[in-house]
Amino acid sequence: MTDAVYSNTGVRSQMTRIALRWLLYILLFAFALFYLAPLFVMVTTSLKSLEEIRTGDLIALPRDVTFDAWRTAWASACTGIQCEGVRPYFWNSVLIAVPAVMISTLVGAINGYVVAQWRFPGANIFFALMLFGCFIPFQVVLLPMARMLGLMGIAGTIPGLIFVHVIYGLGFTTLFFRNYYVTIPAELTKAAKVDGAGFFRIFWSIFLPLSLPIIVVTVIWQFTQIWNDFLFGVSFSQAGTQPITVALNNIVNSTTGVKEYNVDMAAAIIAGLPTLLVYVVAGKYFIRGLTAGSVKG
Amino acid sequence: MAPILDIKGLYKSYGSTEILKDINVAIDPGDFLVLVGPSGCGKSTLLNCIAGLEPISGGTLSIDGQDMTHVSPKDRDIAMVFQSYALYPTMTVAKNITFGMKVRGVDPKTQAAKLKKVAEQLQIEQLLNRRPGQLSGGQRQRVAMGRALVRDPKLFLFDEPLSNLDAKLRVEMRTEIKALHQNLGATMVYVTHDQIEAMTLATKIVVMKGGVIQQIGSPSEIYDRPANMFVADFMGSPAMNLIPARAMKNGSGTHIEIANSTGGSIVLKDTNGHDLPTDVILGVRPEDIAEPGTRQDGVHQDAECLVDIVEPAGADTYVVTQLGGKQVTARLHAKTNAQAGKSQTLSFDLSKVSYFEPGTGRRLN
Repeated sequence: MTDAVYSNTGVRSQMTRIALRWLLYILLFAFALFYLAPLFVMVTTSLKSLEEIRTGDLIALPRDVTFDAWRTAWASACTGIQCEGVRPYFWNSVLIAVPAVMISTLVGAINGYVVAQWRFPGANIFFALMLFGCFIPFQVVLLPMARMLGLMGIAGTIPGLIFVHVIYGLGFTTLFFRNYYVTIPAELTKAAKVDGAGFFRIFWSIFLPLSLPIIVVTVIWQFTQIWNDFLFGVSFSQAGTQPITVALNNIVNSTTGVKEYNVDMAAAIIAGLPTLLVYVVAGKYFIRGLTAGSVKG
Repeated sequence: MAPILDIKGLYKSYGSTEILKDINVAIDPGDFLVLVGPSGCGKSTLLNCIAGLEPISGGTLSIDGQDMTHVSPKDRDIAMVFQSYALYPTMTVAKNITFGMKVRGVDPKTQAAKLKKVAEQLQIEQLLNRRPGQLSGGQRQRVAMGRALVRDPKLFLFDEPLSNLDAKLRVEMRTEIKALHQNLGATMVYVTHDQIEAMTLATKIVVMKGGVIQQIGSPSEIYDRPANMFVADFMGSPAMNLIPARAMKNGSGTHIEIANSTGGSIVLKDTNGHDLPTDVILGVRPEDIAEPGTRQDGVHQDAECLVDIVEPAGADTYVVTQLGGKQVTARLHAKTNAQAGKSQTLSFDLSKVSYFEPGTGRRLN
């Protein structure tokens, strides 16, 4: 009698568990659809002709797939008075992002190494101020930065934008490397000092080879920040040095007459592709690096 | 012989906290100096000061006659083995061992020759291409030793190198370090909290507590004539019995009266004629309390004691009784007849006892 009761509730709880599991999957699937919907609309719209966009349904698949919009967006869309597409601006962004990411990552690594392993008087205050730099809103630094760039003679140039991004990124890159390097035992530095190695030798030979996960995290973070930046790009550039985010805005906002939604969508996807690519290639290391400090041991 | 390491009036403080106070130590070439004390006594800090990894707040330090007080670690001609081994994780064993030579620009041929010699010496030839992560604790320990040995320095520094090993391996490596010291004739400074390691390895022991040196001496000096109650209690296992007693002058000798657990007292007659105050602490090593007739040397005094606990330990049997309100351990023969709850005659060797002042803990004889 009691056995029967027990097995009955056992079956019921089993059923409940399966039902809840299915409910969870359905919910997750719904959320995934919701978040993927804009990308789907962007991709399909960019592959349609203007005629089809006007007459067709927003979420319908394209009847005739055409890459005309992509070609236009890349090479001949108008950004104001010029009609060269996003191509020159894409390369501007590359010229800004690549050096800025490299410099800020390297300097951040050295900063983090110093703060974590070469304790000096006031190291904590130094680090706290660095950290504070992460939380200063972009808008606050616009005017002082414009004045600085002017004084340095690099206003409106690509080196100027690199400089801005390096300075603004240092807080974050230092934080990342510092938190990674504090988990490395201090005895390692001591052993190397006794072995006769100096400041930079210890950095190059011992710390840098250990740093791949955190370098990946920092590069992804910095690349995403710098590539997607609009405010600095629009404030500190002039015609010819604008990054792709600014160009995209100009393409979308400066067209007159019929809105070329397909061209807009294609240009937007082009602008977003590099960051997407970085995540796909290095995302595995990103998760690993973010959790490396916490689960070590 | 000029001392190879000479520390004079060394102070070390972090802010207003004094970690080391007035440290004076000198050792000769070939000495094995062990710094021993409970955790937090400053022994590792002192070692770091010798290595130059911690700046010194006051005093001087010289190695082989040269003032090294403010010299950086790399120019002190020292090698150090760390508690965590501190092997470079991304380098192979061979690279770990040769890193120091590479940094100093030793030519590759010499590097290879020295590496080969050290690898043979420590029997780690088959590990040279592995990384530290692929090694066991004992193997890492050997590599860490190899990294120090290959440098052939004036001074070897060891910071609790065996404390991460299991008990069996620890004893093996202890013997190996001792053999290494004998074969190389090198000078070593060794930090440990394990008093057995200190006794077995050292030619000279420094016992520290709270940043102050309690006693410096050879292992037998430290063991037989501890300078105060802290050293007496810290060195030796089981620890020295410290029994409150009353001393009374009696002709040329002294009567030592100790309360026992039955409300009476036992009296031991010390004939050495020490000048003792009335209240003393009597320090007796467990092995200096035996059964009557089993020891021939020394000056023995017998007394009846009530046995509380009998602990056979294989080679010996420990018998615990109560004297002067303290538990007193005697190290008896393995086949002793002592039984818990019964009375037993115990023979105290008064030629080897220590007397301490109860208030200060200072040695009196």
